[in-house]
Amino acid sequence: MTAVEETPLSAAGNPIGFGSMKRKEDQRFVRGEGNYVDDVNLPGMLHSAILRSPHAHAKILSIDTSAAEALPGVHAVITGKTLEGLPRPELLGDNFAWMPTLSYDTQAVLATDKVRFQGQEVAFVVADSRYIAKDALELIDVDYEPLPPVMDAKKALDPDAAIIRDDKGFTDNRVVDVFGQTSWESGNKEETDRVFAEAEADPNCVVVTEQIMYPRVHPAPMETCGAVSYLDPVSGQLTMYTTSQAPHAHRTVYAMVAGLPEHKIRIISPDVGGGFGNKVGVYPGYVLSVVGTIVTGKPVKWMEDRSENLMSTSFARDYHMTASIAATKDGKILGTKVHVLADHGAFNGVAQPTNFPAGFFHIFTGSYDYPAAHCVVEPVYTNKAPGGVAYACSFRITEAAYVIERIVDVLAAELNMDAAELRLKNLIKPEQFPYTSPTGWEYDSGEYEKTMRLAMEMVGYDELRKEQAEKRARGEYMGIGISFFTEGVGAGPRKNMDILGLGMADGCDLRIHPTGKAQVRLSVQTQGQGHETTFAQIVSHELGIPPEDIEVIHGDTDNTPFGLGTYGSRSTPVSGAAAAVVAQKVRDKARIIAAAALECSPDDLEWELGRWQVKGDPDRGKTIQEIALLAHGSLELPEGVEGHLDAQTVYNPPNLTYPYGCYICVVDVDPGTGQVKIRRFVAVDDCGTRINPMIVEGQVHGGLADGVGMALMELIAFDEDGNCLGGSFMDYLLPTSVECPDWETGETVTPSPHHPIGAKGVGESATVGSPAAVVNAVIDAISPFGVRHADLPLTPANVWRAIQGNPVRVDMAVE
Amino acid sequence: MQTPSEVDYARATSVDHALQLLAQHGEEARVIAGGHSLIPMMRLRIAAPEMLIDINDLDELKHIKIEGNEIVIGAMVRHQEVLNSPVLFEHYPIFRVAEKVIADPVVRTRGTIGGSFCQADPSEDLSAVGSALKGSVVIRSTSGSRTVPIREFHFGPYMTQVDDGEILTEVRFPIRPGAGSAYEKVERRVGDWPVASAGTFVVVDGGTISDAGIGLTAVGAEHFTAPDAEAFLIGKEPSEDNLATAAQMAADSCQPVSDQRGPADYKKHLAKELTLRALRRSAAASQSKGA
Amino acid sequence: MSNTMQVTMTVNGTEYTREIEPRMLLVHFIREELGLRGTHWGCDTSNCGTCVLWVDNEPVKSCTMLAAMADGREVKTVEGLAKGAELDPIQQGFIECHGLQCGFCTPGMMMTGRWLLDNNPNPNEEEIREAISGQICRCTGYKNIVKSIEWAAAHPAESEVKA
Repeated sequence: MTAVEETPLSAAGNPIGFGSMKRKEDQRFVRGEGNYVDDVNLPGMLHSAILRSPHAHAKILSIDTSAAEALPGVHAVITGKTLEGLPRPELLGDNFAWMPTLSYDTQAVLATDKVRFQGQEVAFVVADSRYIAKDALELIDVDYEPLPPVMDAKKALDPDAAIIRDDKGFTDNRVVDVFGQTSWESGNKEETDRVFAEAEADPNCVVVTEQIMYPRVHPAPMETCGAVSYLDPVSGQLTMYTTSQAPHAHRTVYAMVAGLPEHKIRIISPDVGGGFGNKVGVYPGYVLSVVGTIVTGKPVKWMEDRSENLMSTSFARDYHMTASIAATKDGKILGTKVHVLADHGAFNGVAQPTNFPAGFFHIFTGSYDYPAAHCVVEPVYTNKAPGGVAYACSFRITEAAYVIERIVDVLAAELNMDAAELRLKNLIKPEQFPYTSPTGWEYDSGEYEKTMRLAMEMVGYDELRKEQAEKRARGEYMGIGISFFTEGVGAGPRKNMDILGLGMADGCDLRIHPTGKAQVRLSVQTQGQGHETTFAQIVSHELGIPPEDIEVIHGDTDNTPFGLGTYGSRSTPVSGAAAAVVAQKVRDKARIIAAAALECSPDDLEWELGRWQVKGDPDRGKTIQEIALLAHGSLELPEGVEGHLDAQTVYNPPNLTYPYGCYICVVDVDPGTGQVKIRRFVAVDDCGTRINPMIVEGQVHGGLADGVGMALMELIAFDEDGNCLGGSFMDYLLPTSVECPDWETGETVTPSPHHPIGAKGVGESATVGSPAAVVNAVIDAISPFGVRHADLPLTPANVWRAIQGNPVRVDMAVE
Repeated sequence: MQTPSEVDYARATSVDHALQLLAQHGEEARVIAGGHSLIPMMRLRIAAPEMLIDINDLDELKHIKIEGNEIVIGAMVRHQEVLNSPVLFEHYPIFRVAEKVIADPVVRTRGTIGGSFCQADPSEDLSAVGSALKGSVVIRSTSGSRTVPIREFHFGPYMTQVDDGEILTEVRFPIRPGAGSAYEKVERRVGDWPVASAGTFVVVDGGTISDAGIGLTAVGAEHFTAPDAEAFLIGKEPSEDNLATAAQMAADSCQPVSDQRGPADYKKHLAKELTLRALRRSAAASQSKGA
Repeated sequence: MSNTMQVTMTVNGTEYTREIEPRMLLVHFIREELGLRGTHWGCDTSNCGTCVLWVDNEPVKSCTMLAAMADGREVKTVEGLAKGAELDPIQQGFIECHGLQCGFCTPGMMMTGRWLLDNNPNPNEEEIREAISGQICRCTGYKNIVKSIEWAAAHPAESEVKA
C-alpha cells in the first residue's frame, strides 16, 4: 500500500491514489445546482399529499372522500379500499393495500381496517399543486372509533393490552419473525449463568446490574423522503426519482410488490440530502406515488413534510436494556449479559440481514476480552411508527456499543477504579487478532491499547483528572467520559447475509476509454459521503490514472450494476473492495495487452504506478493510457483475450471489517440548573487504510455531532394517549454549531487483512462511539451526588432530576 | 412542506391605513409583522386568517428613542435591533442578554418586539423582561391610543388586551438611573423556548434596595411577575440571604406545568435558582454603578 | 386559482413579475415560479435553515415569509453568489475546507456566512458558531463549516479588499 506521504500528484494537483483532495462533487453544490428529488420536475407532473391518522390506535368506520374529489385541481383521492380493489398479479401478498417490510412482516400502504400509529397513512390525494393537495386533505372525512393504545413497551405484553396485529391473527403483541421466533438470543447461556453465579458467591468478585435505555431517536436528514414516479402508459416503463440509499434493492422490491416487470423499472437516486439509514426502506409514500402515476397516467411527486418524516419513517433504537457485568474486584471482566425489550412499533420494519433479526446487537461484548456473554432480545409491537434500524446504527451496534461502554463505567464506579484503567486492563490484545468473540464475531485486526493511549495523550487525561479533583473540592463539577468501541461493518458474506433474500455482494464495472479516461460504475449510493471522489481515488490508486480522469457513475439502476446499497458503513468495505478488485482486473488485462504490444511475455513486465514496463529495461513500457488505445485498436491479442479495457466484478466480502476507536469527552455541569457544556471532544479512529483523510475526518465530525445530539437532546417520546411528542424540530432538537465543540481528531492505521486495500469503512463509527463518551462524561461529573446512571437524553431537567435521586423515565411523557 | 390555506393580502402604508384595513375586514384580518409566529401557525393550519395586513413598511413604528423619562421602542423594531441598541444597553443590559438567547440571528432579523408581545406565548422571554421592568404598551385604534401596563396586558396564554381592530404601536420603559439588570435562561438547546427564565432589575441606593422588578416566564407566573417577592426586597440589603428569600418567594408564587421541556418540580426549582442568580447580578451591577 | 395577485421582485439582480396566490411562501416562489432550486426546505417550523436567502441584504428563513411580503424588495439567493464563473470566497471556502457533504444545508449556510462577513469581516470562532446557530447540518458536525467561513474571511475577493 502506498503511504499517503509518498503519493504522487497529478497535473491538477490531486493525489494519484490515497490522500486528501478536494471533492469533485462540490462544484455543483456550492452553486446551488444540486439535483435533489424535489428539484425534479417532469412535464405534466402532479403533486400529492397523504392524510394521516391523528389516533395511535383506532378502527376506521368510514372514509368520505367526495368533497376532496370535488375540489378543483384534484385528480385522484385514494384510500385503502381503492388499493384493495386494484388488480395485481399473485406475487406477494393479496393486494396493494399491504406491502412487505424488510423483515418479512407486512405494513399497510394505506390503512384498511385500523390505524395502528399516530401519523399512519390513511388517504392519498393527487392534485395540480401541493397547496391544493393539502387543501384537499382537510376535506376528507374519516370516522374513527378510537381503541386503547399500547404506548408503553413494558406494558405491551400485559394480559389486558390491546392487540395491535389482529390483521395477522396474533393474540398478543409479540413480534414474530420470518423463522417463527418471538425472541432472539446469542452467546452461551449456560456458561454465562455459571460465571455469574460464581461471581455472586465470590467475595473477590462483583456483579453490577443497571437498567439502561436507549430511547427512540430519528436520523432526520435535512432532506426529507420523497419520490417522483412516472409510469409511461405507452412503453410501460416506470421511472422513479427517489431518495434511496439502495436503488437496486428498491427496484427489486417494487418488482416483487407491484408486480411490475423489473426490466421496465428504472430507479434514479439523484443527489440525496443525507440518508443515515432513513432512506433504506420502502415507505408507503413511495408506493403511493407509483399508484398515483398508474391511476393518472402522469408523473406524480410525493415529498413528505418534516412532521411526516419524524412521525412515520424509520425511527432508530428504542431498546430497553437490562445489563449485567461480572468482574473480579481488581477489574478483570468475567462476563456480561443483557436482556433487551425491543420496541418495534406497529409493524416490524427493521432493515437488517435476515439471519440477524436483532441486527448485530450481539457484538455487545465490545472491545474487551472475556469468556462469557449472553443476550436475549424480545421484540414487541406498540402503537408507534415502524422501524428501529436506522441513524447510523450499523445494524444495532449503536445499542451494543452504548450498553457495554455504559455498564463498564458503572463497573468502574462500583470498583472505585479509574475508567481508563479498567478498560486498559481488559482490552483485546494485538496478538489475539483475528479475535473470535464469545458471540461468534471474528474481529479482523486491531491494536486497541495504542489507539486508547493516543486518545488519552491527546486529551491530557492525567492532567484532567487532577483538574477534576481540584474542582470537586471547590464544588465545581466537570466530567471525563471514555468510549472505546468496536464496529462490525461491510455486510456481508453471501453465506449468511441477505436482506429479503437479496445477497449483499456488490457489483462494480470499470471501463477505460480509448483515450485513457475511465468510468467506474458503482452499486452504492452516496448521500454526502464523497463517493464521486473517493471511488475515483481507489481506481486511481490501482491504475495510476489521475482521479480527475475517472468519472464515478452511481444512483441510476439502468446504468449501474446490482448491489445492496449504502448503509451500515458498507460502501468502502464492500464496494470499495469491488472497485479495487475490478481495477486490478483491468490492470492485469493491461499487462497482457502491453506484453503483446512490446512483444514480450507478461512475466517480463513490472508495474510502476500507471505503467507496465520491462523489468531491467524501464524505458521500454506502456502507460495505461497507451494500453487503452491499443486495446481499442487493431493490435493482435493472444488467444482468449478480448479487446477493449473493461472489467466487471461482483465482490462477496469474506467477513465484516472492524473499525474501532477511542473517544474521550470533557464536560462541565452546572448542578444548579443541570446544564451541560461540552468543553472538549477527542476522537481517535482506526478505520484501516484512509482513502481520503479529509473525507474520513468529515465523516467522524458528523457522527460526533450525532452523539452530542442523542446524549443531550434528541428524543421521540409518547404520552399515554398515543401522541407523538417529537414530531417537529421544535421538540425533536438537533445539535447546532453552538453545542458542538471544536472536534479534536486523531488516527491510528491498522489495515484489515482481508480487504483488497486494507480499508475498513468509517461512516458510522462516530455515531456508534460518541453517545457513550458524552453520557459517561456527564455521569462522571455528577457522580459525587451518588449518580451512577441516568438515561439519555441528558437534558438539563434530566440531569437535575438525576442529581436529586429522582431520574425521569425518558420514553414516556414528562410528568 | 406544510402550506397555508387561502388568504388575502394587503400592504399598509401607515398605521392609520392599517387600522382602516383592519376595520374594513373585521375579525378575520390579522396584522403581520415579522411573521415568525403567525406564518408557522398558518402553515400548520392552526391559524387561518382570511386577510393579512402587512405592516413591515411602517417606518413610524421603527424607533428606539428617549422621551422624557421613558425609553420608547416602536412595535416594528426587530429583535436584532433591540439586541444591538446602544441606548437599551446603556440603561438596561437585560435587553441584550435576553435577545441573545431569543431564537437565532436569522430569525432575529425579522421578528419584532411588538410581535412577541402580541403573540403572548406563555414562554415568551420578552414578556419576562417587560414585566420585570414594569413597562407598558401603547395600543392604537381608530378612536385613539391607550396605554396598558405590561403587568395587565395578558389575559392568559396567547390572549392579550389588543382587541380586533387594534394595533400595538409602542413598548415603553421607565428610565431608572442606578439600576442593574440581568437575565438568566435555561433552555434545552440554543434557540429553544425557555424551560424557565428570570429577568430582574435592582436599584441599590445607600446600601439598601430602593426598587426591584422580577420577571419570570415559562413557569406559570401570573402576569410574568412575582410582586410579593419584589415587595419583600424593598428597603432590604442585597445580602445573599435576602436575595435567596425573595427568590424562594418568587418560586412559590409560580405554577409551572410539566411538559417535554421539563417536569414541574424542576421548573419550580429553576424559578428560584434563576431569580436568585439574576438578582445577584442586578444588585452587583447597580452597586458598581453607584460606586 | 381563486384569488391571485401580482408580485414583482428583483432576484439576483433580475426583476421578475408573476401572478400568484397570496398564500404562496417565498421559498416556493423562488423554487417553483423562478426555477431557482438552490434554496431548499427541510422542516415545518422554521428551525432548519435550509431555506435561508437574503431579502434586502439580510438573511431570512424564506419558508416563513410570503412571496407577497417580498414584493418590491431585493432578494439574493445562492445562485447570485458567484460572479459568472468566479465563485464568491464563501463558496470557494466551502470547497477548500470540506464544509459540505450532502450539500443540502450548504446554500443557507453560505448565505448566512456571506452576511456575517459583510458585516464583520474577521469574526472569531464563537461569532461564527453563533451566526449559524439557527441552521442545522446533519453531515459535517460544523467544524469544517466554521473553517470554511474562516477561509473566506482570510481570502476576500479583490473587490472586497478595502483600501
